Amino acid sequence: MVISNKKSARDPEGETILRDLVNKSGFERSVKSIRAGKYLKVEVEAADEEKAKKLVEKMCNELRIFNPAAHSLTVEVGRISE
Amino acid sequence: MNVAVVRFPGSNCDLDAVQAISKLGSPEITTKLVWHESDELAKFDAIILPGGFSFGDCLRAGSIAARSPAIATVRKKAEAGTPVLGICNGFQILVEAGLLPGALLRNSGLKFVCDWTNVKVENADTPFSRAAQVGQVLRMPIAHGEGRYYATDEEVDLLRRDHRIIFRYSNALGKVTGDSNPTGTAHGIAGISNKEGNVVGLMPHPERACDPLLSPYSSSDGRLVFMSLLGGASS
Repeated sequence: MVISNKKSARDPEGETILRDLVNKSGFERSVKSIRAGKYLKVEVEAADEEKAKKLVEKMCNELRIFNPAAHSLTVEVGRISE
Repeated sequence: MNVAVVRFPGSNCDLDAVQAISKLGSPEITTKLVWHESDELAKFDAIILPGGFSFGDCLRAGSIAARSPAIATVRKKAEAGTPVLGICNGFQILVEAGLLPGALLRNSGLKFVCDWTNVKVENADTPFSRAAQVGQVLRMPIAHGEGRYYATDEEVDLLRRDHRIIFRYSNALGKVTGDSNPTGTAHGIAGISNKEGNVVGLMPHPERACDPLLSPYSSSDGRLVFMSLLGGASS
């Protein structure tokens, strides 16, 4: 899952990476914005991918792993190959 | 000898480094603050990258400064043999620039550690350690959140074999122990050099251990690091 600031909340780290690294490098014509965030990889046991996603979202909400007042949460799910 | 102290946005030990060198009181050595975008860096005889939080530690500590114009010049100067010292954030910049191997990760306790440490000199044959003796213990403070030196076991073995580990955290008697390691750094490493020995990076702050009045341990051991630039004999 990726936790980042809501669009309405500024992200000074992403802004700094864009302004002081990318925009000085020659990539600035193509790169329009950068948002920093936090990445958590969670291994769960669930019957299918849909249930795994639901479980992680429930956990994030209940445990306040992200702060819905300021953050947005993106959960991507995939299968671990045996 | 003219020494440049490079100032990045967010450097905060730059003036301390200038002061430390001025207070050596030697007419043979002068120092100047140089802005990281300035093109005058090329003319100096030695370069210091000071501590601080360049570019707010965004992305990773030192990662943005490592792509600044100053570091392009530092790279050329380092290859030509100019002595380069990176202190704390300066060390982080040198590893991010690939001028020194390995990485400096979050401290094992996940906390910013601000404390006085004992630092044992492992190699006294560099432009930043030759005024000290091998085995000598220097009392110097650390103040960082990302200073846990990491390299693979094979890389650390190579550093050991080539005497490129310059400083290690130890106890007051010079014994390297688990308890004397404040950040979980590999092999107790506090400072290393490049293969040629002219580029040295260390996490402890020698510039904050130059005036006994400013140290709770009356330490002025850090002076040895800067005196080394002047040659072997310590006074």
